[in-house]
Amino acid sequence: MLTINNLSANVGETQILRDLSLTVKAGEVHAIMGPNGAGKSTLGNVLTGREGFEVTGGTVDFDGKDLLALDTEERAREGIFLAFQYPVEIPGVSNMEFLKAALDAKRAHQGLEEMSSVEFMKLARETCRQVRMDQSFLKRGVNEGFSGGEKKRNEILQMMLLQPRLCILDETDSGLDIDALQSVSDGVNTMRTPERGFIVVTHYQRLLDYIEPDFVHVLAQGRIVKSGTKELARELEAHGYGWLDSEVA
Amino acid sequence: MSEQVESLIRSRKEYAAGFHTSIDSHTLPPGLDEDVVRFISLKKGEPEWMTEWRLKAYRAWLEMKEPNWAKVKYPPVDFQKISYYSAPKSMDDKPQSLDEVDPELLATYEKLGIPLHEQEMLAGVAVDAVFDSVSVVTTFRKKLWEAGVIFCPISEAVHEYPELVQKYLGSVVPQKDNFFAALNSAVFSDGSFVYIPKGVRCPMELSTYFRINEMNTGQFERTLIVAEEGSHVSYLEGCTAPMRDENQLHAAVVELVALDNAEIKYSTVQNWYPGDAEGKGGIYNFVTKRGICHTNAKISWTQVETGSAVTWKYPSCILKGDNSVGEFYSVALTNNYQQADTGTKMIHLGKNTRSTIIAKGISAGHSDSSYRGLVRMNPGAEGARNFTQCDSLLIGDKCGAHTFPYIESRNPSAIVEHEATTSKVSDDQLFLCQQRGLDAEKAVSMIVNGFCREVFRELPMEFAVEAGKLLEVSLEGSVG
Repeated sequence: MLTINNLSANVGETQILRDLSLTVKAGEVHAIMGPNGAGKSTLGNVLTGREGFEVTGGTVDFDGKDLLALDTEERAREGIFLAFQYPVEIPGVSNMEFLKAALDAKRAHQGLEEMSSVEFMKLARETCRQVRMDQSFLKRGVNEGFSGGEKKRNEILQMMLLQPRLCILDETDSGLDIDALQSVSDGVNTMRTPERGFIVVTHYQRLLDYIEPDFVHVLAQGRIVKSGTKELARELEAHGYGWLDSEVA
Repeated sequence: MSEQVESLIRSRKEYAAGFHTSIDSHTLPPGLDEDVVRFISLKKGEPEWMTEWRLKAYRAWLEMKEPNWAKVKYPPVDFQKISYYSAPKSMDDKPQSLDEVDPELLATYEKLGIPLHEQEMLAGVAVDAVFDSVSVVTTFRKKLWEAGVIFCPISEAVHEYPELVQKYLGSVVPQKDNFFAALNSAVFSDGSFVYIPKGVRCPMELSTYFRINEMNTGQFERTLIVAEEGSHVSYLEGCTAPMRDENQLHAAVVELVALDNAEIKYSTVQNWYPGDAEGKGGIYNFVTKRGICHTNAKISWTQVETGSAVTWKYPSCILKGDNSVGEFYSVALTNNYQQADTGTKMIHLGKNTRSTIIAKGISAGHSDSSYRGLVRMNPGAEGARNFTQCDSLLIGDKCGAHTFPYIESRNPSAIVEHEATTSKVSDDQLFLCQQRGLDAEKAVSMIVNGFCREVFRELPMEFAVEAGKLLEVSLEGSVG
């Protein structure tokens, strides 16, 4: 589904990603771990085409398409979704209006008609129930006055509504209490299907107790220095990232 | 700001209302003197008192200086190079019905989305269509007449209802009020007159649609709305003009009189030609709007200002009667090189008077938008309250937003609150929208519409959607 080949990227003058390669197949969950400043968030931003992140080398193939040639919104419509570490607020724009516009944009891209308001409301309410969000959140401004946990739930709500093919979760666990972590993870787990891939970026093993990865990669200094199964995550939890330095060297 | 948005700013789309109607007009040669004032009065067949009223204003105007305190810059207007009267020839013999109105004129309004034919008229909205200096047609007059409501061109009201006009014209905005009001009083040619009798709730929305067509012509319309005791009316005005390289002057005066327990809701969707992307051309919109509230009366101004090269406008309320209420809801959007200095004045005279001001300024491109507002609590304004909220939204990094609140409180029991915020459409917000599949243009218009929500919900339903769309169009290529 996703093949990243020797990807290098800069932020300003600074090189963040160096010849990073990673393959994600449909149905797989890949966890990306690593110390601060390793380039974990940059990977998500580069894959989604965020401005300010400049690709200096390498290729990214997404279902046979040259992903790097597409605009941010085209990538989104093709099915790439980024759950933000720090979701921003859009005051005055209701969650509902925002979600419908996003869904309709995607449907238009697929040659489908806009969803009727009635049908959409039904879907939105049902999805709210699944992520244990009160329906009143649909009427509120996008993330406006939401708590940290509510914002993250809202990200999962968007993800479930848009049904992306590849989900990138950027430190979705940061700032979550156990309850919120549980419902966010439940949301992700219900979306684990043979057609869908996940890249889960996290600092901590904790999240991986809830979302069990098929593969764990350690990102350091802009490249993947070690890959393994979920056991690797436990080792990292026990020993930190320090022991990797000797292995890499 | 992101490059993508920058390029959106540059690609501003055509101003849809920018066409010109080829129609034969009687247009006075440019210039202004007493003869011109007399000519306009004669042309309208006005009684002596009206001519004298105009001349008094003209003589006062000669002594006055153009105000320069607003935060706007424009080359001095040469008032001798403007024509003060222009009317389609076909309006010479006053058409008695729609069938007699020049089809070209009807087509113009059709094109602007204001159908005037009976069968296509906006249901529930009566329209007075003003073309340059004259009113072309007023719809639904009969239905309104049955309710006792008078809705007609002010030129007609001077003849038909002289006692009402004489009593109220200039009672809220006197001839000498300010430079542009004096000019308007001298040369105003048409506009709307509304009278709602005691206890009547106007059965439909009233609206006036102003269109400037001729070149080098100023438009000086005058609107007077009188709501008798316990009556209620909702009124909307819309404005457009062709695209021209020369600046054109629009200096209107609007007077509202809300007698005891009456309520007037006045909404404006202003889309005068704003000039091109380089700031060439566009309308100078110098307008005086003011209402007076008697006991328990309420006046609510809602304005969505997206057009004009320069806007100078402060719809105000004089809260004379006890317990009267004034409201001002405003969205002012400037793009490219537009400048707006707009706001309101709430003058609290009576006891327990209340006022609310919600002003939203959006600046994009190289534009400059200022909120200027006065809240005055006079000694008699026992227990009066004001709440003001001014929010500015910046799009891009070449525009400006400014807030000039003036607060004068002479009564210790009065409470005045002022809140102000300035924010930017952030790259993070844009990225969130784009990551969810929305294109940048849709994203910005959505963010801006959200910012304006509090004001839009004050607009009559029929026009709230229109205003949202207008904002979208104005932002195309102006989003910053």
